Amino acid sequence: MRVWKFGDDVDTDAIIPGRFLTIYDPAELAKHVFEGTRDEFAVEVREGDIVVAGRNFGCGSSREHAPLALLGAGVKIVVAKSFARIFYRNAINTGLLPLVCPETDAIQDGEVISVDIEGGYIEVNGRRLPIEPVPDFMKRIVEAGGLVAYARNLDGVEICNTG
Amino acid sequence: MGLDLTAPSLPVPANYIRPEHLQKTGYSMSATIVEKIFSQHCGRPVRAGEVVMAPVDAAMIHDITGPLAIRVFYEMGGERVFDPERIIMLFDHQVPADSIPAAENHVFMRRFAEEQGIHNYDMREGVCHQVVMEKGRAAPGEIVVGTDSHTCTYGAAGAFATGIGSTDMGFVLKFGALYFRVPESILLEIDGKFGQRVGAKDLILYLAGDIGADGATYMALEFTGRAIRDMDMAGRMTCANMAIEMGAKAGIIPPDATTRDYITERREVGSYDLASDPDASYRERRHYDITELAPQVAVPHNVDNVVDVTEVAGTKIDQVFIGSCTNGRYEDLAEAAEVIGAADRFADSVRVIVIPASRTEYLKALRAGLIERFVEAGALVEAPCCGPCMGGAFGLLAPGEVSLSTSNRNFRGRQGSTLASVYLSSPATAAASALYGEITDPREV
Ligand code: SF4
Repeated sequence: MRVWKFGDDVDTDAIIPGRFLTIYDPAELAKHVFEGTRDEFAVEVREGDIVVAGRNFGCGSSREHAPLALLGAGVKIVVAKSFARIFYRNAINTGLLPLVCPETDAIQDGEVISVDIEGGYIEVNGRRLPIEPVPDFMKRIVEAGGLVAYARNLDGVEICNTG
Repeated sequence: MGLDLTAPSLPVPANYIRPEHLQKTGYSMSATIVEKIFSQHCGRPVRAGEVVMAPVDAAMIHDITGPLAIRVFYEMGGERVFDPERIIMLFDHQVPADSIPAAENHVFMRRFAEEQGIHNYDMREGVCHQVVMEKGRAAPGEIVVGTDSHTCTYGAAGAFATGIGSTDMGFVLKFGALYFRVPESILLEIDGKFGQRVGAKDLILYLAGDIGADGATYMALEFTGRAIRDMDMAGRMTCANMAIEMGAKAGIIPPDATTRDYITERREVGSYDLASDPDASYRERRHYDITELAPQVAVPHNVDNVVDVTEVAGTKIDQVFIGSCTNGRYEDLAEAAEVIGAADRFADSVRVIVIPASRTEYLKALRAGLIERFVEAGALVEAPCCGPCMGGAFGLLAPGEVSLSTSNRNFRGRQGSTLASVYLSSPATAAASALYGEITDPREV
């Protein structure tokens, strides 16, 4: 899958600017993803493409429109050296997989990579870059198909159980 | 009869477990204030790093992220919210509605409030974080969530408060609880006394520059030390507000007499006796002395790009915005007005937009004659709302324009064109700069 490479501190205002926040439909949001920051993205991105970035991806606003816009554009995986906390959770909750890989410097824009989640690595140019495992309770949510599906089957929650 | 300006006095939430409960839970090890808050809510000792399903005392939704949260609530099979009295609803980002979709979102949320029996502040009160604080909806020892990243503001009240996404909020609306990873804390000990026309905003900008935009990711920032003890509630809110700009999950200021005075005017609270133990374990302890601190400015396009005002003095600006949940309180407006002093007018080359953070703050400023001063000097004073802060409503910037803003983010495109530039500063620096049409050291006005 083609890589779209970004730098450090990609904020959610850059992913989807404030003026589009009355939109909730992922396909509509996708028309404006990275608008003004990287205009060719919305036009050229293809289903299954992967966003790869440096540190602190998704910092700033808590807008869930950001993972939704990426999903609407066909992106299902974002790989970064680190993620901002709210984005990380929003991504998991909406079904966008955030993968932490300390060595994203080794991945260039436009390259084709493959991701082996079970194996715990990304393959690029025959090289394997390790990815960090997804935390357990997050995995349960992903396995359920996102937080909505997880919560739908829940009658109540056990307060203060351990995740 | 006018609107009731006194805040409703809310009952102490049922699931608020008072500190004396700690003994019963056998909590004897030393802990941070954040660990204590989670332990109190869980009825057992909880450590940083643990993931727990914790009950929330209050949940805030606004017009931008609320509609999605409500949709998710329904998609999760939600019928009745967990407790309508603990849900805070208001509109602030796009008010009065600036587009038909925005108006539709407002209608959608009003219907939900009616259906569920939720009190809706609608667009009457102001910016979400200011309203939650001034209505006493966040108090020491509580866990409060909001679908807005600056929910961490309520750490000024000694609450554990954090921003969440809409899907997490859908879950909260249904169950009244959420999974949390209890964060480690970074202790910030801030000593010294601010120099003239230097204050809380300069401190928090300096800290953002020093700690970095991701320096506190997943952690809680605990603010202590003399400078914090001396600080009024407005300044504390400015500090806690920007904890997220360092990636923090929460910022928290242990409650003291200032907190108590602020909260008791608004509601009853079980206890203010809540602080970290001296030997609590921190990820890191950092010490600062602010005595020599100069006014700070965050330069485009990152909040942690922070310099002394002297380094950017003389930069021409097109727009000044004084307002937002960071610096739209009476104290901020008074600070700006003091700098303007007897000066006649703002520079002709600059547009000045002043927006009080809430109706209450607006009235205070109005009665003190501050609003008149701003209007006389040439400002556009708007009704309480987020305004240009997030570039969603009005006050947008054209390509190439430069703005100086007292808000909390200067990301590329945040206030309009991605080819515009946003600088961040204190209200004093913003006012001084508005007088000269260029970034100006407020100590020299
Ligand atoms: S004033 Fe700005 S930062 Fe504060 S809630 Fe509104 S948009 Fe967000």
